[in-house]
Amino acid sequence: MTPLTAADEGLTVPAAPPEPGALEQSLRAGREAGRKLLVPYVTGGLGDDWAEIVRAIADAGADAIEVGIPFSDPVMDGPVIQEASERALAAGATPASVLDELRGVDAGVPLAVMTYYNLAFHMGHERFASSLAEAGVAAAILPDLPLEEVGPWAGAADAAGVETVLLAAPTAPDDRLPRIVARSRGFVYAVGLLGVTGERDALAASSLVIARRLKAVTDVPVLVGVGVSSAEQAVEVSQVADGVVIGSALMRRVLEGAGPAGAAAFVGEVRAALDAA
Amino acid sequence: MALPEPSPSGRFGEFGGRYVPETLVPACLELEEAFREAWADPAFRAELDDLLRDYAGRPSPLTECHRLSDEIGVRVLLKREDLNHTGSHKINNVLGQALLARRMGKTRLVAETGAGQHGVATATAAALLGMECMVYMGEVDMARQALNVFRMRLLGAEVVPAVSGSRTLKDAVNEAMRDWVATVEGTHYCLGSVMGPHPYPWMVREFHTVIGSEARAQCADLLDGGVPDVVTECVGGGSNAIGIFSGFADTTAELVGVEPAGGAAVGRGVPGVVHGMKSYLMQDEFGQVQEAESISAGLDYPGVGPEHSHLAAIGRARYEQVTDAEVIDAFQLLSRTEGIIPALEPAHALAWVSRDRAALAGRTVLVNLSGRGDKDVAQMMEILG
Repeated sequence: MTPLTAADEGLTVPAAPPEPGALEQSLRAGREAGRKLLVPYVTGGLGDDWAEIVRAIADAGADAIEVGIPFSDPVMDGPVIQEASERALAAGATPASVLDELRGVDAGVPLAVMTYYNLAFHMGHERFASSLAEAGVAAAILPDLPLEEVGPWAGAADAAGVETVLLAAPTAPDDRLPRIVARSRGFVYAVGLLGVTGERDALAASSLVIARRLKAVTDVPVLVGVGVSSAEQAVEVSQVADGVVIGSALMRRVLEGAGPAGAAAFVGEVRAALDAA
Repeated sequence: MALPEPSPSGRFGEFGGRYVPETLVPACLELEEAFREAWADPAFRAELDDLLRDYAGRPSPLTECHRLSDEIGVRVLLKREDLNHTGSHKINNVLGQALLARRMGKTRLVAETGAGQHGVATATAAALLGMECMVYMGEVDMARQALNVFRMRLLGAEVVPAVSGSRTLKDAVNEAMRDWVATVEGTHYCLGSVMGPHPYPWMVREFHTVIGSEARAQCADLLDGGVPDVVTECVGGGSNAIGIFSGFADTTAELVGVEPAGGAAVGRGVPGVVHGMKSYLMQDEFGQVQEAESISAGLDYPGVGPEHSHLAAIGRARYEQVTDAEVIDAFQLLSRTEGIIPALEPAHALAWVSRDRAALAGRTVLVNLSGRGDKDVAQMMEILG
């Protein structure tokens, strides 16, 4: 066996910060108040009104908002978010332009950035983490940065006070989940099915299974995303999970021209269904 | 072994790793373990060796190019991977991975392809072993490599166009990875180059070391126990180059990878992370991956296998660039002087040898002729008129 080298820094993952940050505190408070948590996703830089959409869906009952910084090769995303990303990039969106605009949004709920690792790596971990913090972003979700590789980024993010949300997938064996949840802050992103983001006709049974498995090993909020497509599906999975992330179902409406009012109407519909359940 | 195993986290120096969606991490770990076991299992090795001999036609010959050598003043030897079944080196890796997939209980193969050579090889192995096969190919490449699309379909594979981004190899990799995220339980991702997440760069290299070990022995016969002065091949992802380099990494031979000027990850890229690996990558100032542009669909890729990045960083190999025009000349030069029509990919290596003939004068250069040019004839007819 080849010896460990300095290049294996990725193998050593620093322990997560002991205290929850702004996102996790807020989500825990919502959960303690008896709410099911709703975190919609919006692609940053898509159209002139994306920041207004962020504000509008915050007002419509989002507990936090995921803002995508578009990347050229989004391998975890299906056709809707691919198209949203391509359009935003074609319109000139950059990490800096998205974060600049976010700084002025004042949504009143915590914000998390969702993007792919190369944008953070290219800017430099420290600089990317501090630019998130300066833009008022509480957390980062990097779906191509699994536990084994998260160390160098997580060290920089922890130091800047940015929470790193890790994903947990149905393929994980039982002994892997405790290690993921121990390192995840903000929430644990439970991947609801085998596949990329996108709407599905019915809730996958695997969504309930992964939520149950995660709830058994953590008190960090567990939110199910990937394939949660409607108010009904959100209610169904939230019987087990602490809440949901909804991306493609919202972004399809945005791509179809829903605008801030249409986006808010959809988020409001999901909010109402969750509150009524 | 001439090229060492990567570190436990799958790194060659600072490059490599396993930057994949969490969904795929267990599959990568399982694949690494299965490959390690199989590669140490004499029964697996014997079955693969039998297939390489009786089905793929190995060993491939070493051809000395007398007329070409006279014309350019450089002694050129060709490792004839173009004579393998399916017409390229790709079959070495694919037979290994298909046997491994079957051993792991997988019944379906997915693959990406650029020029179509890896797709054809994968479809071939799937037909041979009775497996289901789906190949993702950029829409642009499907048009310029229509013959290979037909060939894959004839072999029973489903060919799916990648319609996002540049609609070339990079996007075909994205689509194959998305497929694998959804089907990982019964599907093996038969990746076609020394790229992607650990263990692929290492595993694919190991399946291609047969090129280098054969060539080393063949050169020793021809050169009175010696080695060539230079060993060269084109580099897109770089599997053919790693295959031939592996036989000479512990010798005095100079190792030279040749990249297309429009897709030169080592020559023009900076370290980045995409498709599961950290490696040199052509990207813009923000880290968005750039679209490569090359006459060769097989090299039309903005990244490169991580071991090439490492070999470049430590100075063991160097990487040259050639233009499309130089490649077109070399394609004709070998055809005319040796009666061998090369694929456009290895024509890059020949283009470098021909262009830099003054610096190489009197030296012996081994070129890995990784594929035959039949697939490129229609495209060249249009270009040459």
